[in-house]
Amino acid sequence: MQKASKFLLLYAVLYFLFLYAPIFLLPIFAFNDSAIISFPLSGVTLDWFFLLWETEALHDALYNSVMIAIIAATLSTALGIFAARAATRYDFPGKKGITGFLLLPIVLPEIIVGVALLVVMVQLGLSLSAWTVVIGHVLICTPFAIVILSSAFKSFDMSLEEASQDLGVGKIGTFFRVILPMVTPGLISSFLIAFTISLDEFIIAFFLTGTDVTLPVYIWGQLRFPARLPSVMALGFLMVTLSLILLAIAEYFRRRSVKYTNIESQNTTQSEETIF
Amino acid sequence: MLSLNQSARRGYALISPPLIYSLVMLAAPLALVVLLSLWSQNYLELDRTFRLDNYIEATSEPLYQLLLTRSLVISGIVTICTVILAYPIAYYVAMFGGKAKSLLLLLITIPFWTSYLIRIFLWKVILGYNGVINGSLMGMGIIEEPLTFILYNANAVVLTLAHAWAPFAILPIYVSLTKIDKSLLEAARDLGDNAFQRFIRVTLPLSMPGVIAATLVVFIPTVGDYVTPKLLGGTDGLMIANMIQVQFGKANNAPLGSALAIISMFTVGIISIGFVLLSRKIGKIKN
Repeated sequence: MQKASKFLLLYAVLYFLFLYAPIFLLPIFAFNDSAIISFPLSGVTLDWFFLLWETEALHDALYNSVMIAIIAATLSTALGIFAARAATRYDFPGKKGITGFLLLPIVLPEIIVGVALLVVMVQLGLSLSAWTVVIGHVLICTPFAIVILSSAFKSFDMSLEEASQDLGVGKIGTFFRVILPMVTPGLISSFLIAFTISLDEFIIAFFLTGTDVTLPVYIWGQLRFPARLPSVMALGFLMVTLSLILLAIAEYFRRRSVKYTNIESQNTTQSEETIF
Repeated sequence: MLSLNQSARRGYALISPPLIYSLVMLAAPLALVVLLSLWSQNYLELDRTFRLDNYIEATSEPLYQLLLTRSLVISGIVTICTVILAYPIAYYVAMFGGKAKSLLLLLITIPFWTSYLIRIFLWKVILGYNGVINGSLMGMGIIEEPLTFILYNANAVVLTLAHAWAPFAILPIYVSLTKIDKSLLEAARDLGDNAFQRFIRVTLPLSMPGVIAATLVVFIPTVGDYVTPKLLGGTDGLMIANMIQVQFGKANNAPLGSALAIISMFTVGIISIGFVLLSRKIGKIKN
């Protein structure tokens, strides 16, 4: 056992180096004083960050992406509430098949989702816009919302709901006054995950964006011009930092949700299990 | 308590908003893709008579055959590499993680909460002609000319995808490993199995559901990957998704693109179902 874990430890260290290899490069090139992305490094500069500050096309793309992500995250979390509540609280024939169908986009190649929605838009003669991207993003974010919210609803103690109804609060009142506050941390974590997925999604946005370019579509355009690459690195560095902060917030709320809704501490494994 | 009937009615009522959304925005569009694949494009006009021409062209044209086969092969290699590389990590976290388990899992996911495009591009920086690997190998005097076999080919695509999908392979395997009843391992030890035998005869078979889930979760989406082959694949590394995009874009032949998309989806579906059935059969024989 001891010996095996020593080999394993070495392997784990190497594997983590592999996982982090691209990320380590990001700050290096974001601050490197050279227009070419290669070694050896020159001096340190903040020019690339200033360049980002001055590029208006980038600001527009960022604005589009954030708006799309907020709307998509809100809608997919709302749809997730319905599905998660139905799946955890009620039994009905065909439940497995229906939830399976709702979770399908997790394994469907994104290009298929993009192509399918593009075909509909073209056939119906509708023009592409940020809204078509929202439709696609809601599709791929909802499964994640369902998975996260199901674990929040599952760990929710049903006797509290019954107690509320025994005390004369109606179904709707119970939902808003007892259930919703208890699963709020789950809602926030679902919203943040959906927000991050939407913000980073490229293929669907690439197919459906029309003239409202999103941030990943903008970055894709920039990757073709070698002169623009250092500022893309700076942008990437900012995004890493920002998503780390978001991730920390999401994790904080997820843990609170688990603590809040269930006294037993078995839940971390439970919420992970529901994903697969 | 609710009667079954009442519970069913409430369940259906609750699940209908997301279900209707998925039917309208996913099932119906997919059905339209099927329809479109049976039509044909004559320059700007869409000919709405049903024909199988697109399917015949998509399956007989050597270029499309090559791209689909290559996508399946690359994706297959990516899946095998990713799952085999991920297993020991999942095993390490599940068996030796102790109290740091959730921290380790978080550390595994952090590199993936950054821009997907930039991450893929950074592999180009690592593998490139003047990249990190060539730069450091030449700096150390190990090689004199930059290595060229590491970028703009299938190798680069495999490496990058194996990186991009790592957490999707680690998590399901990890979950199945944590579910294993430790008393089974103790029983095997009491019966005289050594560590290696215990792993082969107890741990590995019991973690197979996770391995199968990981295989599917990595294999299915990577067949349709667009960005990695486009950025790192060169001409020898392009895959079927790139061709589908060309048909919907420059080539202006959406019906052919639809047929290609459907054929790839079907092939992937059949391979996946076959894989699941096969692994079940093997599981049964062993038991």
